[in-house]
Amino acid sequence: MPIKDYIRERFFPHMWCPGCGHGTVLNSLLRAVEQLGMSKNEIVVVSGIGCSARISGYVDFHTLHTLHGRALAFATGVKLSKPELNVIVPMGDGDALAIGGNHFIHAARRNIAMTAIVMNNKIYGMTGGQFSPLTGVGGMATTAPYASIDRSFDVVELAKAAGATYVARSTAFHAQECTQMIHDAILHDGFSVVEIMTQCPTHYGRKNKKGGPAEMIKEFKDITTPIGSKAKQENPGLIERGVFVEKDLPEYCAEYDKIIERAQGGA
Amino acid sequence: MGKAKLKEHRINRDWCKGCGICVELCPKKVLELDAEEKAVAVRPEDCIACKLCEIRCPDLAIEIITEPDEK
Repeated sequence: MPIKDYIRERFFPHMWCPGCGHGTVLNSLLRAVEQLGMSKNEIVVVSGIGCSARISGYVDFHTLHTLHGRALAFATGVKLSKPELNVIVPMGDGDALAIGGNHFIHAARRNIAMTAIVMNNKIYGMTGGQFSPLTGVGGMATTAPYASIDRSFDVVELAKAAGATYVARSTAFHAQECTQMIHDAILHDGFSVVEIMTQCPTHYGRKNKKGGPAEMIKEFKDITTPIGSKAKQENPGLIERGVFVEKDLPEYCAEYDKIIERAQGGA
Repeated sequence: MGKAKLKEHRINRDWCKGCGICVELCPKKVLELDAEEKAVAVRPEDCIACKLCEIRCPDLAIEIITEPDEK
């Protein structure tokens, strides 16, 4: 399998639980990179803390495993110093939108060319199943034994509002779609956000009586629908999948280069 | 390009954690979990080499080896 060339096989089998959706995201990411035909030296994977962040240890690119929520800040530094590299930032829902919420919106606002992959499993898996800002009203967690009353963020709406120029959503069930979106997001010249809904059978699944990994991954097929589908009009509760935003706006590193040029010219 | 024909299911038993996603999502019900809770291809003759198991396996444990059809 060519995708095995992109992983650090010595660390396998990986540490994720049986049936964890993050593994499928890793699978999709590797296939996207394989389709792009990039060399390992052209890619930097920067991650924060959490189950999702462990991806950086398993891929054989340039990798940085940094602080909780701060992956985008480190990634911004990498990108500004070496704009020719492709920076990919895999994050969990809590890492991206709770601890790193501010970095997330400001990276989107700047439109710096990076790919943020938000693996949304609606829970803090690594630390024992506490509720996250994506758990949503009615979701059960170890810290919400009588159900959460917090409304949840909508990753896509937040990214759109903050100014990201590529925004897409898919699920672990739709692995081919994920691969295509990650592929396009890496090629996009601007800040790209790909939300991938993943299953956490160990914590979210158990607390919310969602069944095993197979039941959970199949549920994504039933609760989502392509953007603008007829099913969405009939059942507004369905979650839309697809590419929500794809537009060209000035990219941060390119604009910064212009400033350097202007400053040197005026000296 | 001819239709891909199955040659072999290569399942890495050390990496498989027996989550059962491949068993459940196989459109032809080719795979099952054995006594050690590892995926095995029990009906390889039914396999259509769609690779849905391979692309969804969270453990990167399944590889579908195909050969181009002669016809």
